[in-house]
Amino acid sequence: MLKVEDLNIKINDRRGNTIPVKDVDFEMDRGDILGIVGESGSGKSMSALAIAGLLSRHDMEKSGHIIFEGVSLLNCPRKVLRKIQGYEISMIFQEPLTSLNPIRRVGWQVEESLRIHTTMDKAERRERALKALADVELDDPEAVYNSFPHELSGGMRQRAMIAAAMISEPRLLIADEPTTALDVTIQAQIVELLKKINRERGTAILFISHDLSLVNTLCERVIVMKDGLVVESGICEEVFNNPKEEYTKGLIAAIPKNPFSERK
Amino acid sequence: MDKSKKSKFITGLVITGIIVLLTLWGMIKTPYDPYAMDSGAKFAKVSFSHFFGCDQFGRDVFSRVLIGIRETMFIAASVVFIGVFFGTILGMITGYFGGWLDEILMRFNDAMLAFPSILLALVIIGIFGPGKYQLIAALGIAFIPSFARVVRGEVLKIRNLDYVLSVKLYGASDLRILVVHILPNLKTVLLSTVIIGFNNAVLAEAGMSYLGIGVQPPEPSLGRMLSEAQAYIYTSPMSAIFPGLVIVLMILGFSLLGDTVGKKH
Repeated sequence: MLKVEDLNIKINDRRGNTIPVKDVDFEMDRGDILGIVGESGSGKSMSALAIAGLLSRHDMEKSGHIIFEGVSLLNCPRKVLRKIQGYEISMIFQEPLTSLNPIRRVGWQVEESLRIHTTMDKAERRERALKALADVELDDPEAVYNSFPHELSGGMRQRAMIAAAMISEPRLLIADEPTTALDVTIQAQIVELLKKINRERGTAILFISHDLSLVNTLCERVIVMKDGLVVESGICEEVFNNPKEEYTKGLIAAIPKNPFSERK
Repeated sequence: MDKSKKSKFITGLVITGIIVLLTLWGMIKTPYDPYAMDSGAKFAKVSFSHFFGCDQFGRDVFSRVLIGIRETMFIAASVVFIGVFFGTILGMITGYFGGWLDEILMRFNDAMLAFPSILLALVIIGIFGPGKYQLIAALGIAFIPSFARVVRGEVLKIRNLDYVLSVKLYGASDLRILVVHILPNLKTVLLSTVIIGFNNAVLAEAGMSYLGIGVQPPEPSLGRMLSEAQAYIYTSPMSAIFPGLVIVLMILGFSLLGDTVGKKH
């Protein structure tokens, strides 16, 4: 479904050249959950933004191929991109505070994708939005629909964000550290929710995180990135149990052990 | 809002309210014909029949102040409207798209900002001749860069927020992102800039009319009245003091409002 080949991103700006993404290759099939882990600045978010077509076009050079359902996305005209964006590919972001427009009601924002891509009337859109909000397990969809983002908690905002991303039933959902800004219990709930979405609708999920244990619970396969390069990739269990690269070993060793289990 | 801010806000509101009421009064009717000369009432003192006395031609100063406020408000509002309208468009385009277009327009903007706006207005009036509408056009153009700058900065900040990225990802067009998603978020920053801009426009209008290149006689405007009364300042100080006082009140009221409205968020 999604094939990324030799993806290179080079930024030319006043400070000179930097290459945040180097020769990245991976593939995803329908219904896959792929994790990308790596430290800050390893190029994982950059790769995701490139797939979503959200990199600004002025000072960047992109090369390689991103092929989604047979359509090449990299450097294709905006018109083609816009048909796929938001309808076939959706994305959720890290910061639930800034990922919703502060002065629009949540329901209005959840509907935005329908407003752009379909000819549904107001009542139909509302119905779909309420269903989408109910699907992400928000207790009172009606109330959330009519609230402003600042009236919701972080977890609720993130759920609303997922509802907005899922309303068009995309085939690929890119989740860029969607749980980093949330506390642990909410993190677990969001991960469960993503699992459910994947199971029930077959949406492929590209999950970007620096939290190895989260990736381990959610994903089947994982890619480890460092300095823009893919250092290791494979089935989650194999990578985490038998890491081949020093860097991956280091990452795994850095996971804090449960202090209560060691005490005994 | 703390207490001192609140009292500031209320004072500003009351003063602005009075000015607005006077403007409305001037729009409906004035106690005397502001253009009628009455030689018997030349330099009449402040009294119940003439609240602010009379000027050198025996015209009722209060009636003329009412019309003057109306004119000044009209000019200032038009100037701010032109400045905000074009400034917002310019600022949104440059801030959102960036690149060479941004570079060119902003360097042009810098050049205009480096130039005193009054001087720029003088040049424009020098070309098109004095008059009310020329003054509006001249000051309006001179005001565009400052608004463009404020809007551009805000758009630069907003355009990289996740919610803009996500609507972009939904496939929204640039126009839709700008108008539907970004523009409403400019409201707060625009509001305080508009109020400050309005103040500057009132001052600029008064200054230009004082110099004789704004509103033309016999039409009164606050600045115009000041310059006319100047020659008789020792015989009839009241005809200069009242228009001057009104200008001060207008600026004070809007400044207080602008201060509190801007910092609320």
